[in-house]
Amino acid sequence: MLGLIIEAIILGILTGGVYALMSSGLTLLFGVMEIINVGQGALVILGAYLSFVLEQKLHVDLFVGLLITMPVMFGLGIVIELLFIRPVKGDRTMLSILVTYGVALVIEGILNLIFSANYVQLRAWYVTASIKVGGFYLPYIYVFGFLLAVALLGGLYLLLYRSRFGHALRASMQNRTAAELIGIDVKRISTLTFGIGIALAAAGGMAFGATSAFDAGSSYDLISRLLAIIIFGGMGSLSGALIASLGMLVVEDVTAVVWSPVWASTVFFILLVIILVVRPQGLLGQVEGRKQ
Amino acid sequence: MRIFKTVGVLVLLAIAVVFPIVFSNPTITTIAVFTLMFAAAATGWNIISGYTGYVALGHAAYFGIAAYALALMCQDWHIPGGYIPFLLVPVAGLIAAAISVPLGWIALRVRRHTFIVITIAMFFIVQLMAYNLSQLTNGSTGLGLPIPTDWSGDFFNTPFYFVTLAVLLIAMGISWWIRHSKFGLGLLAIRDDEDRAMGLGVRTGSSKLAAFVISALIVGMIGAIWAYFVESIYPASTFDPNFDVAIALMAFMGGLGTLAGPILGALILEPAQQYFTIQYGQSGYYLVIYGALFLVVIIFMPRGIIPTARDRWYTFRETRSQRQQESGITVTALPPQGDGVAGVEKKEGINL
Repeated sequence: MLGLIIEAIILGILTGGVYALMSSGLTLLFGVMEIINVGQGALVILGAYLSFVLEQKLHVDLFVGLLITMPVMFGLGIVIELLFIRPVKGDRTMLSILVTYGVALVIEGILNLIFSANYVQLRAWYVTASIKVGGFYLPYIYVFGFLLAVALLGGLYLLLYRSRFGHALRASMQNRTAAELIGIDVKRISTLTFGIGIALAAAGGMAFGATSAFDAGSSYDLISRLLAIIIFGGMGSLSGALIASLGMLVVEDVTAVVWSPVWASTVFFILLVIILVVRPQGLLGQVEGRKQ
Repeated sequence: MRIFKTVGVLVLLAIAVVFPIVFSNPTITTIAVFTLMFAAAATGWNIISGYTGYVALGHAAYFGIAAYALALMCQDWHIPGGYIPFLLVPVAGLIAAAISVPLGWIALRVRRHTFIVITIAMFFIVQLMAYNLSQLTNGSTGLGLPIPTDWSGDFFNTPFYFVTLAVLLIAMGISWWIRHSKFGLGLLAIRDDEDRAMGLGVRTGSSKLAAFVISALIVGMIGAIWAYFVESIYPASTFDPNFDVAIALMAFMGGLGTLAGPILGALILEPAQQYFTIQYGQSGYYLVIYGALFLVVIIFMPRGIIPTARDRWYTFRETRSQRQQESGITVTALPPQGDGVAGVEKKEGINL
């Protein structure tokens, strides 16, 4: 039993890294632009399908394929931002939810048309081959996916804390108006942030698609988890999203072992409700000030 | 002006009543029943989200809870198909409303964006419960409802049509009453500036919760009728995230926070959606068209049809009277007049 629990914890941490990748984009977008991208789930699935196509048609390795899919998704993110997010007037947060939901519907519809509603899974040698860790076998993809997440999140950290762009971005997160006043082009920052968030979603999508079967409709399940993660961690907080991702997946995997897989995500959701009663702003979220 | 409104409302009501008699084709009446359902649900949703500005995107949870409540009541009490299940619709709505009290209390502790996301998350929790509590809900196998065998052919839709119409009228009545009451004024004050409203003595917490529960009650009653209409319910179809967004989009399209807006939105969008579904089935085309429609509405008409049209009308009237003044005829430029609560109608009048 103890061995199983340890196995579940390790597995939870490894998959949690992948979820951190997907949710970091979401929370970053909220922090900078005050928008909630409910299309993130659909974009993750789109990223997974792009990797799928590259692997099936051109036999590109999944990780090498990211060199293509991530820039493509970055570009797509910029296009979506310019076309649909920027023209939104009025209550940005609210309307952004509806707009990104519309984008998600269009993406889901197109994916349904092209790939039909069959489940697919990404294939590579490291998806099937396993590594022996302690007393159990673990497919390599979990380790590789986690390493990918660590590398990309490390890169994101460097970008945010060690570059001029990062300083501007964090300034926009802290205070949009003040950032504009000192000459930061917040609109440009917002567009680029959207692109970065989507590119991270694409990388997460590859790891997601390699560890579980998916179809166009998987985005609903995914977005509910991602939203739960960013509320749990506190909206707009990157470290909160990291902690919540790891926590969620560990709790789920441990529950699946000690109780039943059916209740795995319910336990996390109950934890979410408890934390909301005690701390409505989430684990590391900031209390919202008064908006004029 | 007032007399025109009254006559207009009566004419619309008469059209609504004779509609199923004139068009007896089941395909058309089915679309009409769904349209009325969405109109009522959007009106109910508007009470929390339109009036207070707290946009809830998880009302499908209450829709589904009431649907399951009705199915379980009919199952446990061996109720045959017929008119009796309709009597249980308010009970099912009340069950959904009761469950919305603790959920609403938790969700309303936060504001704006976080509230939206929490309602979405709560919706998914409830949906998950419908899958997992399989002893109660029968899991993904779903539940069946009694089938009214006496009603057949063209008549089948008629009882559903009138019951849904009745719920819609009740919802409109409640919505109208709230809009004209002190309670509703408090809700609008919360939307404009919650802290200031609190400072002025509006009991923001209980007002918001009351609005939330009332809207859950109306949406729940519609969910129960829907369940009886479609005869068998499954977690995926009953707790549908598209429902959350559909009613929000309808209210947005018509005009958020207005009385007639959600109904106008439902009258436009629901027949369109049903048409696309019939035309393209469940294939991707339907989603692409619907999503694109979505984007167009929000980008080009973020305030909705009714507020936009009203503003256009006022500017048109003002420019016309100015022109008349210039040409020597004196016509006093009347300020826009509404019969709403003083000070509020300038922003959001009541248009029917």
